[in-house]
Order: sequence, then structure tokens, then C-alpha cells
Amino acid sequence: MAAIPDSHVPPKTTGLLGWVDERFPLTKMWREQVSEYYAPKNFNFWYYFGSLALLVLVNQLITGIFLTMNYKPSAAEAFASVEYIMRDVDGGWIIRYMHSTGASAFFIVVYLHMFRALLYGSHRKPRELLWIFGCIIFLLLMAEAFMGYVLPWGNMSFWGAQVIVSLFGSIPVIGAGLVEWIKGDYVIADATLNRFFALHVAALPLALVFLVVAHLTALHEVGSNNPDGIDIKKHKDASGHYLDGIAFHPYYTVKDLVGVAGFLLLFCGVIFFAPTFGGLFLESPNFEPANPLQTPPHIAPVWYFTPFYAMLRAVPSFAGTQVWGVMVMGAAVLILFFVPWLDRSPVKSIRYKGPIYKVALGIFVIAFIALGVCGLKPPSGIYPLLAKICTALYFAFFLLMPWYSTIDKTKPVPERVTGYG
Amino acid sequence: MSDLVDHSRRRLLTVATVGTGAIGVAFAAVPFLTSWLPSARAKALGAPVEVDASKLEAGQMLKVVWRGQPVYVIRRTKAVIDGLGGHDELLADPKSLDSQQPAYIESTGAARAINPEYWIGLAVCTHLGCSPLGAFEPNNPSQVAGTDLGPGWPGGFYCPCHGSKYDISGRVFKGMPAPKNLTIPAYTLSADARVSIGVDETAKPA
Repeated sequence: MAAIPDSHVPPKTTGLLGWVDERFPLTKMWREQVSEYYAPKNFNFWYYFGSLALLVLVNQLITGIFLTMNYKPSAAEAFASVEYIMRDVDGGWIIRYMHSTGASAFFIVVYLHMFRALLYGSHRKPRELLWIFGCIIFLLLMAEAFMGYVLPWGNMSFWGAQVIVSLFGSIPVIGAGLVEWIKGDYVIADATLNRFFALHVAALPLALVFLVVAHLTALHEVGSNNPDGIDIKKHKDASGHYLDGIAFHPYYTVKDLVGVAGFLLLFCGVIFFAPTFGGLFLESPNFEPANPLQTPPHIAPVWYFTPFYAMLRAVPSFAGTQVWGVMVMGAAVLILFFVPWLDRSPVKSIRYKGPIYKVALGIFVIAFIALGVCGLKPPSGIYPLLAKICTALYFAFFLLMPWYSTIDKTKPVPERVTGYG
Repeated sequence: MSDLVDHSRRRLLTVATVGTGAIGVAFAAVPFLTSWLPSARAKALGAPVEVDASKLEAGQMLKVVWRGQPVYVIRRTKAVIDGLGGHDELLADPKSLDSQQPAYIESTGAARAINPEYWIGLAVCTHLGCSPLGAFEPNNPSQVAGTDLGPGWPGGFYCPCHGSKYDISGRVFKGMPAPKNLTIPAYTLSADARVSIGVDETAKPA
């Protein structure tokens, strides 16, 4: 693509590959997107998580396809069919645990991937659209994970669906009708499970794959950011290659394989030794079938939703409606879309930003993790107050950014990248 | 070339074609959107439910399913009934003016029941639809595992999802996530304590 100002003409391919290349731009695409896609040479640890997210997506797609072969999306059969996969289908248990652990791994990887962007200003111009595609992927991923959690039709599936679908009921005027429309019944029922299955296995994965392609296309159009937040396109050698860039293949394919090895070590460790991860990845009430008459004594979403769930709970209802908590939770996700324009700092990377941003990002991370803990705990004792404080800090990080990013003392940015990852 | 093309005519035809196509797409979307509404079968399952509440001891609760939703039937003790009006200042909507119930229930005030001894209500939290737990013992702050109901608990319901508290008539306390009192469905109560949930005696016979 435009990222490669190439002067040399590659040799013409022959044989079978030559036959294909005359009819389809196979070699051309390989060169443009992989073997001659020049990425900054100073990528560090934080740059593993993009390729790992892709790996987990592939894991979810493949294990998901095989799970649908034995799963029955009906209220009467769903719970038993999951138990059937776990006990009677050869290899079924590992496919299911790969899928359920993959869901949590997806969010770990994506949260770290987004944190990387906040560290090095990867959302700043000209990568705003790249960031927005990423935010939409995050939003769809949350919908995908939520609907996937409903499918086993355990008691937490049922009540989790009840709570999340009821969120839409707080919208004035149309709320009640909208909830009925989403459920397809007056309660969470067979119709709800069946349509969530359709969305989870067909509609949302299609949209996700399309958006990942758009995300990567945008990335390869503008080129990757780097830990120094420097534009590497300014310095080229005689042949037009970036002095601070190296070809994605073989250099970063090999580096990413090291990341994959490290990731798989942890991933397989969880699958084999702690698939429920102490109730964080698979909650114990979900090992009971759905019971519309019995809310589990302590209901909490899976860990990756708890920061947002804590914000929902932190806001009391007033003026006769609980829509405020729902709005705060929605705003917490939507505000991410605006980060490229909220950050007014003259530099991109935290390496050259001043102390205010470093402290602000530190407080933000602590507040986000604390919110995650609050969302897991019952709403009593210290937690409601802690959740309120951390919700305020979460929003302060974003809303005050236009102010503190302009007054922060920045360091001069070097011309060329420093360090070699 | 350009002087041979009537651009305004071309623009008009393009807009007209796209507009007509969009109307067609909108109509084509209707069956897809309506397919998500409750089906005829789901609607047919909304029949009334009969319960014999006379078998309850005072202080006991019965859970029944009506339209797939849990409904609580509680037989209250004399002491509980007498204490009902004692904490109105702590409630968000003590007179149930903002809440959902038939008119003949609203007029019963703090009892929120045709007969104060039998309380019937939808066990669906008005916050986000969880099922509140019974926490009927007055002044016992630790009857729900993992939660401190606080001093002076008058007895009532506690929602485990987001901590909303209701009194034993399903009236929500101030400052809770839940905005309204628990919904009371239409029901009838016969002299021998037979409850018909979903039957509205004030409605005209069909």
C-alpha cells in the first residue's frame, strides 16, 4: 500500500505461483501486507497484543464452530447439551474450555492492547480511525461475550441476561416495548436464547471479522506507531525504505511467535489446571441449570464486565428512573471513541510526556482495576463508596485530559527512534 | 461530452431511484423486525394462575410462576401488619403513587394488599429485574448471607444484584438503585384465601 515507496521491481513469479499471480494479486498482497510492510524497529513487549488478539479470535472461531456441532440452542436442551459436550463428546471438554478460557483471554489481550495505545499515543493523528475501528471491535466483543455467556443456560446465564436486557428498559418511553422486543417473550425465554445463539455464532462474528480487516487495513495504510511516538516515514534510505523500519516478515512474525509461545504457556495452564479460574472465568452458579424463580444469592458478571457493572451500580436512581446508571455505563465505553481528540499533548508517547500524564494514567489504571474488584463484590460495606470514587476518577482521566495534557511539561522528542525493543 | 449530459436530470433520477429503493428496503425490513416480537405462542401462555394461600402459616412465603415471572405470596403476621406504617419517612414512594399496581391496591396504602394478611407481588426488582430475596425478620441485619442490612431493619426484601431494599409491602427504601416499589399484579382473593393471579375483578368480563 501507500506505506511502501518501493523503487525496485520484483522478479516475475513463474510456475503455479506465476499462473495464480497473473489472475489474482497473491504475491503482490503478500509483499505489500507482510514481507515488505515496514514496521518501526523499536517495538517492545506491549506490541505483542495485537497479533495475540488475532490468535485468540481464530481460536474462538474454530472452537466455536466445533461447539455448535453438539450444542442445542433451546431452553429445554441447552444446559444438558453443554454437559454432554463436557462428558460424552471425545475432546469436547478441551474444545469448550479453549472457548471459555479464550473469552477471558480475549479481554485480557484487548485491555492490554488498548492500554498500549494510551501509553504511546497510538490513537493520535493519523490513527484516529484505526482507534475508532478498534473501539467498535471492543463494543461488539462485549456484545459477543455477553450473548455467549447466556448460551450454556446456567443460572448465572439466565440472571445475567435478565439484568443486561433490563438495562434497555430504563430508556424512557420506548424502554418497556424494546425489552419485550429483545426478549421475544415477556421473560427471558427460549426465544431469547435462540436469537442470542444466532447473533453469537453468525451475525456478530461476521461483523467482528469485517472490522478486524478494516482495523488492519487502516493500520497498514497509516503505518504502525511505536514506543517513541515518532513518524518513521521522515527518514528513508536511498532505496526508499524507512531507516527506522524493518520488514514485518520475517522480523516481527518471528518476534510475535515468541509472544505466542509465552501466551500459549499461560493459556494452556489455565485450560488444564484452572479452567474456572477460581470462579472468575466460569462462575459457580452457572453449573446449575437456569432457574427463573431463583436469583443466585450473589450475582456478578464475568470479570471483564465488572468495571462497567460497578459504575452501573455506583449511580443511584433519582427522578423515578434508573436510566442514569445505564447512561454512565454507556458513556464509560463511548468516551473511548473521543480519546484521539481529548489528548491535546504536543507529543504522543508517555516517554516524552510530563509527570501529570504519568500520574493520571497510573490513577486511571488503579481506578479501573478497583472498579473491577467492586463489581465482583456484593454492594455493601466499603465497596459502594469506592465504586463511586473510582467512577469519578475514570471519567476525570478522560474529561480533564484536554486540560492537563496541554499544561503538562513535555520533553523534546528525538528525530529517530531510540532503543531496539 | 459534458454538454451532452443533463446533470440536473441525472441527479433527479438518481435521487428518485435511491429514494424509491430505500422505501422498498424499509418495507422489506418490517418482517425481520416483527419476527423479534413475542410470538403467538408466547402470547397464549399468559393465562391466570390459581394459588391456595390458606395453606401458608403466618410468616411463610410461596413462590409461583405467572407469565414466566416469579410472584411471591406471603402470609404476614399480626405484628408485621401493625408495624407497616412505622417507617414511611424512610421510603422513596410510601403511598405507591409512582409505582405499578391496580387502583384497588393503591387505595390500601401501606398494606398494598386486598387483605393485609396476604401480600401478593411480582418478585421482580424494579431496577434490573432480579428476584429479591425474602429478609422477613425485623431487626436481624445478617439474615442474607454476605450482606449487612443495617440497624433497624423492619423486615422486607433484599435484591442481591444491586442491593435494593424493600419493606414487606414491596415499598422501596430511599437512595436505592431501584426507582419504584415492587409491582403488584391484578389478582382476586376469595374468602377461603384462594388467589387468582392475573385476574382483574374490576375489568369487564371478556
